[in-house]
Amino acid sequence: MSENHAPRTPGQRAAWLSTVVVASLVLVFLMAPILAIMPLSFSSGAYLTYPLPGVSFRWYEDFLNSPRWMLSLKNSIIIGVASTALSMVLGTLAALGLAQWKSKFKTVVLAVVLSPVVVPGVITAVGLYFFFAPLGLTGSYAGLILAHTALATPFVVITVSATLQGFDMNLARASASLGASPLYTFWRVILPLILPGLASGALFAFATSFDEVVVVLFMAGPEQRTLPREMFSGIRENISPTITAVAVILTTISVMLLATLEWLRRRNEKLQGNVNG
Amino acid sequence: MTAAFVAGAEGPPEVSLKRRLKRAERARQFKALALVLPLLVFLLFTFLGPIAGMLWRSVDDWEVPQVLPHTVSALANWDGKDLPDEKAYAALAADIQSARAAGTVAIAAKRLNYSVNGFRTILTSTARNLKTAPEPGTAKDTLIKINPAWGERSSWAAIKGASGPVTSFYLLASLDLTRNVDGQVVAAPEDQSIYRDVFARTFTISFGVTALCLLLGFPVAYLLANLPAGRSNLLLIFVLLPFWTSLLVRTCAWIVILQSEGIVNDSLRWLGVIDEPLRLIYNRFGVYVAMTHVLLPFMILPLYSVMKSISPAYMRAAASLGAPPVTAFLRIYLPQTLPGIGAGGLLVFILALGYYITPALVGGAGDQMISYFIAFYTTETVNWGLASALGAVLLLATLVLAVVYGKLVHGQQTTGGMKN
Repeated sequence: MSENHAPRTPGQRAAWLSTVVVASLVLVFLMAPILAIMPLSFSSGAYLTYPLPGVSFRWYEDFLNSPRWMLSLKNSIIIGVASTALSMVLGTLAALGLAQWKSKFKTVVLAVVLSPVVVPGVITAVGLYFFFAPLGLTGSYAGLILAHTALATPFVVITVSATLQGFDMNLARASASLGASPLYTFWRVILPLILPGLASGALFAFATSFDEVVVVLFMAGPEQRTLPREMFSGIRENISPTITAVAVILTTISVMLLATLEWLRRRNEKLQGNVNG
Repeated sequence: MTAAFVAGAEGPPEVSLKRRLKRAERARQFKALALVLPLLVFLLFTFLGPIAGMLWRSVDDWEVPQVLPHTVSALANWDGKDLPDEKAYAALAADIQSARAAGTVAIAAKRLNYSVNGFRTILTSTARNLKTAPEPGTAKDTLIKINPAWGERSSWAAIKGASGPVTSFYLLASLDLTRNVDGQVVAAPEDQSIYRDVFARTFTISFGVTALCLLLGFPVAYLLANLPAGRSNLLLIFVLLPFWTSLLVRTCAWIVILQSEGIVNDSLRWLGVIDEPLRLIYNRFGVYVAMTHVLLPFMILPLYSVMKSISPAYMRAAASLGAPPVTAFLRIYLPQTLPGIGAGGLLVFILALGYYITPALVGGAGDQMISYFIAFYTTETVNWGLASALGAVLLLATLVLAVVYGKLVHGQQTTGGMKN
């Protein structure tokens, strides 16, 4: 499309140039926090200022040797993996059902299924706090896993539904006409083809739980504090360089998630392209 | 489908094909519903139920009927014009004595204190001084002697107003309204009227953030949409990476950058621009910077996808017809981006309305939004009725905007094909 913007007149050239300059500044603004915090985590000094007095890994060591941070990492992983697994089962089944269901209530059901994304976190958290407290589910792993599953499942439904839209139903029909049972068809025909979509859904679900802090603030006891919860207290009290080390580790995880998603998306396109072609 | 046909073929021959097809389709639909059902049941327990519970708490008035049951029934027919009769006084005396024995006076006192400031003292002092049940016929005099407030119509109106089972008290309070002695809705006393300000502040910040996102996001989306695919995919990483980075990481980074010994202040001092550090964080400026940063990708991405579908032929046509670039941009290009501006703007606004973590960490006391107060009344002062009422108002605002957003995006999907 660039040839359409090959500047023709000086005025157009100036307009295009100023767009490039302004947009570049905004992109720098978007990246600034990540770029600014990264070198500080490798500082050998205890202050968050430039220039760095020296380079060291002491704040990463501090993170690895701190029982509090390690407990929060463990909690984040336990809660993240469990709620991802649960939301994958519920979300995939629902997406499969929604793909076949024709009803005037479908829009309403879809709105209900997706509503946890829209409703402000504080409202969900307060509602769950009132609801789970009498059941003994506050201050427990089970309560947090259930809550995070509710928040993560919409992303699974969206991702898997999008994948199913690109799925050629004739393949399932062909399998059935050759005598395969519905379960066998799902296992051997549908599942391998939608697997990249499922994997993306799982990554979205895990990222949602891994990043969630509002529900954890209300519901977690001292034993269930997650990484974001620990960061929240850390930022409130005073920002130590250890927090910047944690921030860099979390950012690295985000980069890996993003890269995996992109890889899966391309793979999915290729798979469906081959099947349809 | 094939399986259904085979099953249908084994059925009684007199059943028409149409009906068999219908039956097979119905079975299919039933199976589809059965697949969605587990999620719906799960959400009922972990999401819809809790939210319905919260909404119920915003109108639930259980304290006074539970602690002072006889008083509530004695006041059922009280017209509120004069002081209630001796029977009501006797019922109150009996209720207070049994509440004192059960240790529940504080529950009712707390609820009544919301309605009338100072009612806690009236009730607890009465409970303390009412040693024995008053002689029949002397309840009124005894109670008024213990605390003259029982000779005031307003004290009784407060009890009647709180006698449940449901109340509009919390919802009215969340809008700075209250009921006077005669039950009319009036403005709440000046010192309790803070929520309209908080809602106004929440809307102002959300609107400001939305405007900033549009202002900053528009050139980026335009650049991304008009660069060759390879380069725009590369630049898209600059948008997606912050989008995927933890909210707390970004908030933390802004504090490091903007605090008084932070990167910005240090650089400005080093350059000799300032002598004293500027106050860039823990105020409204910090809230705007951090929230705009967090929400900017939600504006750029919808704008980008709309701009990508705008054919350059329109702009070329406008230019060839003699329109100056500015006119062509304003009259031809900008109107075509309106769906993207609407979708991105609404999305950012909806998300901003419910923000809690970022203002709590980078804002000052005067920059807290409505979510902060909901959290505050839930965990700090344990005024769950008011927390729920504020939550109900926020939920309503969010859902109304979400429905508008849904209509807008849905409309784009159905007309999208027509435009190209």
